[in-house]
Amino acid sequence: MKEIRIHGRGGQGSVTAAELLAVAAFADGKFSQAFPAFGVERRGAPVQAFTRMDDAPIRLRSQIYEPDYVIVQDPTLIEVVDVASGLKEDGMIIINSEFDPSAFKLNTKAKVVTVNATKIALEIIGRPIVNTVLLGAFAGATGNIEPESIKEAVKKRFPGKVGERNAEAIQQAYDMMKEAKV
Amino acid sequence: MVTKGKLEMEKMVVVEGSYAVAHAVKVCRPNVISAYPITPQTHIVEGLSQFIADGEIQNCEYINVESEFSALSALVGSSAVGARCYSATTSQGLELMHEVLFNVSGMRMPIVMTVVNRAVSAPINIWNDHQDAISQRDTGWIQLYAEDLQEAADMTAQAFKIAEDEEVLMPVMVCMDGFILSHVYEPVVLLEQELTDEYLPTYKPLNILDPKKPMSFGTLADPNYYTEFRYLQQKAMENALKKIEDAANEFYDMFGRYYGGLTDKYQTGDADIILVAMGSIVGTIKDTIDKLRQKGVKVGLLKVRSFRPFPAEAIKEAIKDAKVVAVLDKNISLGLNEGALFTEIKSCLYNTENRVPVVGYMIGHGGRDIRMSTIENIISEAQEVMESGIRKESQFTDVREEIL
Repeated sequence: MKEIRIHGRGGQGSVTAAELLAVAAFADGKFSQAFPAFGVERRGAPVQAFTRMDDAPIRLRSQIYEPDYVIVQDPTLIEVVDVASGLKEDGMIIINSEFDPSAFKLNTKAKVVTVNATKIALEIIGRPIVNTVLLGAFAGATGNIEPESIKEAVKKRFPGKVGERNAEAIQQAYDMMKEAKV
Repeated sequence: MVTKGKLEMEKMVVVEGSYAVAHAVKVCRPNVISAYPITPQTHIVEGLSQFIADGEIQNCEYINVESEFSALSALVGSSAVGARCYSATTSQGLELMHEVLFNVSGMRMPIVMTVVNRAVSAPINIWNDHQDAISQRDTGWIQLYAEDLQEAADMTAQAFKIAEDEEVLMPVMVCMDGFILSHVYEPVVLLEQELTDEYLPTYKPLNILDPKKPMSFGTLADPNYYTEFRYLQQKAMENALKKIEDAANEFYDMFGRYYGGLTDKYQTGDADIILVAMGSIVGTIKDTIDKLRQKGVKVGLLKVRSFRPFPAEAIKEAIKDAKVVAVLDKNISLGLNEGALFTEIKSCLYNTENRVPVVGYMIGHGGRDIRMSTIENIISEAQEVMESGIRKESQFTDVREEIL
């Protein structure tokens, strides 16, 4: 089983990202589960969402404490939330940032990867909404999900031009991670 | 879940729990829906209003109301004229319905209601436990608890079948854990319309309000008659014991999925320790059991699907060879320091030969996350009970002593 924890702020689409990841994983032939860390959601407040994927049906219902992967949508969260908490040593944390991974002092032995998702989102989607871009980066960096499955899930959820642009941004983030041989 | 043959992944879609339930209600072809939105039930009624607005549920009226009390009251009138009725609520909403709940069961109305289980105020808490439904234990509603999304959806169709059976005619609460199930996305098979039509035929009420054939519902029953009404309600509950099993078996024959009838067993065959629980915690317990079984711990699970009627015989049979039983409750009877399931399991053993020690754990109050490590601790304490007897009969789990 692979467990993914997504950190974001209310309004950044962390819950949607977790759901899209679950839909894409299922399209890849895996069982999946996605759920938010249920709170009284407020725009801007730190939020978490979770996705599990496995070859067998998933029964476990607890939150995720020892993730294989962590996605951070907003690097300023790192100052207020222990985003690397419990992250497995052979795991990976993907941060939306213009800076090099060495810019972040994280309490983890896991691999730290950065991608300037905000820039990609602004250029291609036209808005600084990075959730789908980071899923593209996740696919490229971890190989745990097919980029086509993510793109299909996004296009289905956001039909028309919005979906198309998101798919393009996903592909770009995916390619960047592949080229960087993360 | 037991399936006929392989799990049919090609039939599954990844949807939110609330959608899976709303869809299940849709294919059950209700005639009247009335509900008042309340977190975490809201997505179910939003889904249903959308279906009705889109014309996807024929011959169905959605009645907007100003409270849960009115929601269920509107269904009393609707059910009296023979409509198949549905509602959904949670927590304070369910507690506000309290008086009407008795009326529904007393008038023998087969209304089905999803209870998206949530803690009760005060303090305000929107997260999951079972206090809301357990507090309505004696209202004469059948209470079924679902383990996952597929079961919550499938149970909805089973609920109508059980409720509308002429030997039952009692309302049913389908209980699903708030957020943990209502807001999770996972793959499910959405109930097929054709199969559901075959499984659940059109509701043919025995008695209806009809000016051509005047009849009264819920009239005065003086001391000469009241006892017999209560007696017959109890008989109906006893009949439901078999009908719940039948509904699950028939569902398996037609849809190929089975989650147990009154109860379900997991690894109980040779188990020294048997955990007993209801709802979504069952999944986490199963994973914990698999982990401990690899280390040679003989532990199993008895999942209780039907809390009312209480399946005493099924429970007694399932735990007859256990050396210790640990009951997990997401509720508490304040002043007794016990969860309801624990109290009742102890009670049903009292006049029997079985002297198995039974211990109780109150867990997951107000959405406190339940981790595998907590379940492991409970199992490890159960091992100690097996070796040296009961030290604490019933206790809170995961109390943060430092903030008391």
